[in-house]
Amino acid sequence: MKTEKNKKKPKIIPRKTPMPEQDPSQRKDNFEEVALGYSLEMALQEAERCLQCKDPKCVDGCPVNVPIPQFIKAIHDGDIQKAIELIQDKNLLPAVCGRVCPQEDQCEKNCLLGKKHEPVSIGRLERFAADWQGTACQLTTPELPSSTGKRVAIVGSGPAGLTCAYDLAKLGHEVTIYEALHEAGGVLFYGIPEFRLPKDIVTCEIALLRRMGVEIVTNAVIGKLISLDELMQDFDACFIATGAGVPTFPGIEGEHLNGIYSANEFLTRTNLMRAYNSPEFDTPVITGKRVAVIGGGNVALDSVRVALRLGAEKAMILYRRSETEMPAREEEIDHARQEGVRFEFLINPVRLIGSNGWVEKIECIRMELGECDESGRKSVCEIAGTQFQIPVDVVIMALGTEANQLLLKSSGDIALNKRGYIVIDEATGRTSRKWVYAGGDIVTGSATVISAMGAGRTAAKAIHNDLLEFMKE
Amino acid sequence: MAKILEKRLIREPDVFYYRLEAPLISRKAKPGQFVIIRLHENGERIPLSLADINPEEGTISLIVMAVGKTTTEMSMMKQGNEILDLCGPLGQPTHIHTVGKVVLVGGGFGVAPLYPIAHAFKDAGNDVVIIMGARSKDLLIYENEFNRVCDRVIITTDDGSRGIKGFVTEALQKELEKGGVDLVLSVGPAIMMQNVSQTTEPFDVKTIVSLNPIMVDGTGMCGGCRVLIGGETRFACVDGPEFDGHQVDWDNLMNRQKKYVNHEKLSFERWKQKHTNMLCE
Repeated sequence: MKTEKNKKKPKIIPRKTPMPEQDPSQRKDNFEEVALGYSLEMALQEAERCLQCKDPKCVDGCPVNVPIPQFIKAIHDGDIQKAIELIQDKNLLPAVCGRVCPQEDQCEKNCLLGKKHEPVSIGRLERFAADWQGTACQLTTPELPSSTGKRVAIVGSGPAGLTCAYDLAKLGHEVTIYEALHEAGGVLFYGIPEFRLPKDIVTCEIALLRRMGVEIVTNAVIGKLISLDELMQDFDACFIATGAGVPTFPGIEGEHLNGIYSANEFLTRTNLMRAYNSPEFDTPVITGKRVAVIGGGNVALDSVRVALRLGAEKAMILYRRSETEMPAREEEIDHARQEGVRFEFLINPVRLIGSNGWVEKIECIRMELGECDESGRKSVCEIAGTQFQIPVDVVIMALGTEANQLLLKSSGDIALNKRGYIVIDEATGRTSRKWVYAGGDIVTGSATVISAMGAGRTAAKAIHNDLLEFMKE
Repeated sequence: MAKILEKRLIREPDVFYYRLEAPLISRKAKPGQFVIIRLHENGERIPLSLADINPEEGTISLIVMAVGKTTTEMSMMKQGNEILDLCGPLGQPTHIHTVGKVVLVGGGFGVAPLYPIAHAFKDAGNDVVIIMGARSKDLLIYENEFNRVCDRVIITTDDGSRGIKGFVTEALQKELEKGGVDLVLSVGPAIMMQNVSQTTEPFDVKTIVSLNPIMVDGTGMCGGCRVLIGGETRFACVDGPEFDGHQVDWDNLMNRQKKYVNHEKLSFERWKQKHTNMLCE
């Protein structure tokens, strides 16, 4: 490292360079992006904060091992093109990851600077580099080796499938992705709202894959249109990345009333089908003045903020534990609060009450926290006799998902765990069936975009190695 | 993309027959399954039952009544046009087996999906009877087709203009009283399927109904099509669409079907407005 060439560093700025954001009073009424991105000046200032550690711990925290100090150095030197090339070598979706990765739990958590001050804002710098040329549509297509003649099928076009496809294509394999919906991108498209991840970015990053020769077949439900056995006749290997699956309902009285959504449905209607633009777009969504979202994860936060933008005057999060236990990212909680979302902690719904078939009230009970269980999570129990009712027009259940058995039902020879998720060898993504690999939420249950990408990368590496081994034999 | 190979008016003024190019789907589709279509970039996803499956020529057929915006837009498409998205086959196929005597019950243009089902039950060696009803004789479709595959075709009309005067349930009641009915399968409006189920219940005859709740993805991902079957939540798109008619919570289904009535009306009105303006220009 040529640090000796740098001038003597000024005193370290203890705090991250703030991210410019759309004003909360404005953004709560639109679907435009909340965080606006660093200017070159801001990025240079933030890059300056990086200590350029010899043994960078941040990289260990990144599931796809982006060379973090190196790309920050490139930004610092003003060579943004080099920065994006360094990131892109490890990460197909830098514009996505720079926006939705929980950096505070990964790279930034390990940042040495963070021991004393705020860590370097690696995520914001990644986003800056990714957005520098405009969009991923302008990214150069990586050079590809000559074809190995080996064909790999990927089931699902979410972050795990896309990453696996990218890595395999770069190694010269022929890749076909099958997507059940009419649009590729999986959760990046149907799940994460426009104001957190503009769909144009996803579309551009996928276009890059197409330019690399990856074929993407939409409207193809594997297990229905084509069975896994048939896929295995046409391809040398298959990677299953079908995602999180079926939504959970609490199983309480009244949950079938109109006005009650799963977060999956509410978000799919607004994001994928663009119901926020109804009637310009044909798919409708029920909007309400009073919206309650049940749950405390990122999906709950996305739902409540969408509801707000659809015109809710009172948008609430109802969570059964306290704020400390909320799984959602702190940044998202802050954003939601600034926009006027109300948080009600330590309450749980017990019943939904309606009239004429529509939900009108939600009956809740107060909860209290107990001791930590084996997983380290605090137990929670109801306080008898504390029921009360909240008037509502729309209720959204963001209680997580279970494994979708659609594909797995028709391919009985793949070992599943007792929750119905695919059992894999973690180091390779191999399933119990030869030449079939899996990764992402269909293995782990609901997790993050970046961990799914990490799984896609792991499987791609193993598929490549296994194919090479096989070709030698 | 799926090309419309053939389109014709099958019943005045608004019921159309579409034959679509779908080589992969036709190879896999079974009676009782459905597809989801989206007409254009701004379109919604709507589920449609299969009215015919022809793997040899690589086509599927749909019979659709133009009732709202999407189905009306579809009715304005021409032979040779392409439907932007066609996804399927979805849902569980009808459980075709040899039971003895099968009575199929359908109404109006909704009898179409019973055609491949009738065919399959007949091929499995069953005695197949269809009861098809309509308000009046002009609203009946597919009579000749059913005559070809069924052992008996019973027609009812509300006004008596053709066949027996009365509802399908009255004809069904008579069949059940004669005895020997092993299975009843009904496809059509929820209210008709509910009445059919109530008619068969005292006779303790197994009754399968094909539920048609509102759907989005059709793969079990959203839960919008959830129905109550014997008190349990099930997803019609992946667990169904066929369920035991005696176990269905019909009030719940019919309430949920009305969820977007106002939205749909508004959207259709706006579209008609725009369309009339366009035509006048």
